[in-house]
Amino acid sequence: MIDALVSPFLEFEFMRRALAGCLALALGATPVGVFLMLRRMSLMGDAMSHAILPGAALGYLAFGLSLGAMTAGGIIAGLVVALAAGVVARSSILKEDASLAAFYLLSLAAGVMIVSLRGRNLDLLHVLFGSVLALDDGSLLLIAAITSASLLGLALLFRPLVLECFDPAFLRGVSALSPVAHYGFLVLVVLNLVSGFHALGTLMAVGIMILPAAAARLWVRSLPALLALAPAIALASGIAGLLTSFHADVPAGPAIILVTGVIYLVSLALAPGGVIGARLDRRPHLEA
Amino acid sequence: MMQHLAPPLIRFENLTLGYDRHPAIHHLSGEIATSALVGVVGPNGAGKSTLLKGIAGELRPLGGRIHLPRLPRGGVAYLPQRGDIDYTFPLSMFDMVSMGLWREIGAFGALRHAHRHRVETALAAVGLTGFEARPIGSLSGGQLQRARFARLILQDAPLVLLDEPFSAIDSKTVDDLIRLVLTWHAEGRTILTVVHDLEQVRRHFPTCLLLAREPVAFGPTAEVLTDALLARARSLSEALDEHAPVCHRETEGVTTP
Repeated sequence: MIDALVSPFLEFEFMRRALAGCLALALGATPVGVFLMLRRMSLMGDAMSHAILPGAALGYLAFGLSLGAMTAGGIIAGLVVALAAGVVARSSILKEDASLAAFYLLSLAAGVMIVSLRGRNLDLLHVLFGSVLALDDGSLLLIAAITSASLLGLALLFRPLVLECFDPAFLRGVSALSPVAHYGFLVLVVLNLVSGFHALGTLMAVGIMILPAAAARLWVRSLPALLALAPAIALASGIAGLLTSFHADVPAGPAIILVTGVIYLVSLALAPGGVIGARLDRRPHLEA
Repeated sequence: MMQHLAPPLIRFENLTLGYDRHPAIHHLSGEIATSALVGVVGPNGAGKSTLLKGIAGELRPLGGRIHLPRLPRGGVAYLPQRGDIDYTFPLSMFDMVSMGLWREIGAFGALRHAHRHRVETALAAVGLTGFEARPIGSLSGGQLQRARFARLILQDAPLVLLDEPFSAIDSKTVDDLIRLVLTWHAEGRTILTVVHDLEQVRRHFPTCLLLAREPVAFGPTAEVLTDALLARARSLSEALDEHAPVCHRETEGVTTP
């Protein structure tokens, strides 16, 4: 039993690399996902993940499967869409969700078009579903660097961001940091989506952000607990997903996200904040 | 209009505030003295909330200006009526109230021992001692309003703008919060409060500004809240007219009839 759990990582380097990638994503992308969820922007993360596709595709079209070009392209496309959606929402009568939807659909269509112009289906699969089992040194360093930058950025933005989520009017009243918090956070979202897309693909990068956050929210009440539990769930799903993929010979990316999904469904049923869990709590109420 | 000897803290200069070219309040000129406690009254849609929003800097004037010459940066504490507060956010009451210290600790400053003590004092002043660890989502409407007032205490601002702080709240809480406002008044802060209950204004607010999409009267409360002026305010506050003609009024100026 232990052997089945440990030996794949001991024997195969690609499994160790995949494990390191999962650890980095759990530490970087998942905390950002917690704030996405708390800002009620879960679906926006999904939209953004599609928005980075044409940038990555353009990078791919120009330079082939080059890590740097696809990363830079993805980041630029993501930032352009986030910024454009924000500007449109502030200066037209469209709300942010509508303008974002418009931009990301444009972006996604352009991306698929570009990829299919010059690509074999295999490449398209790489972009859409990632390749966590084939992370090379460059990709791994990139993911680790983005995680480090993201943790630092989140630490710097933490207080303004919490206020921006919880009471934006108050933040605007006491400081000029409200747009910094909003756009700074969007930058973190884009960076982490690009890092997640190398491992899990554009379609599933959001999964490692939102699902652990949503599952953790069902168990704990405080923000620090949430920020500790969600990455733990993400890492556990990463390990379980990789092992499933190894033993059952299924694709690793979907396996990881499916394990996260199962944890979410179990939490939904059993956790204190879930569907059944809340009704099972028969402890007597307190004095005050 | 200058019934106070104190120099003015706010000066309105032919101020017009509104949305989409429709004025919610127009051609307001006048001064509000330092340390004044002003009740802002008027019918629904009279522009009371809009005026506060304008002073807080949340809304850019359609015309005219608001001068706040002697107010330091960050010297306004504004309590919006509803605010777009997300009460499901996982935050404790203590964390929420302590953000009133933003001007001192900013985005990165640590919450030192002295700060914690002040947060506890503020919570005690609004009668919320013992509720520090409660998630804000579990508090009642009255408790939340007390918490927002505790945060105002910590903001320690010379100008306080309160938008209907006493509506939809139990009478015990209203009494406590009014007492707090009177304390701030005694400390020399300038306070503008939108109030619906005219009895409350008569009892506690020495000065009163009566609005009906334009200034109707401003001065000592007893002279403003007369039957004649209140009737005039009601008749003035007709509905927003989609096809209203362009307003050509220039500086009509002051408001005391």
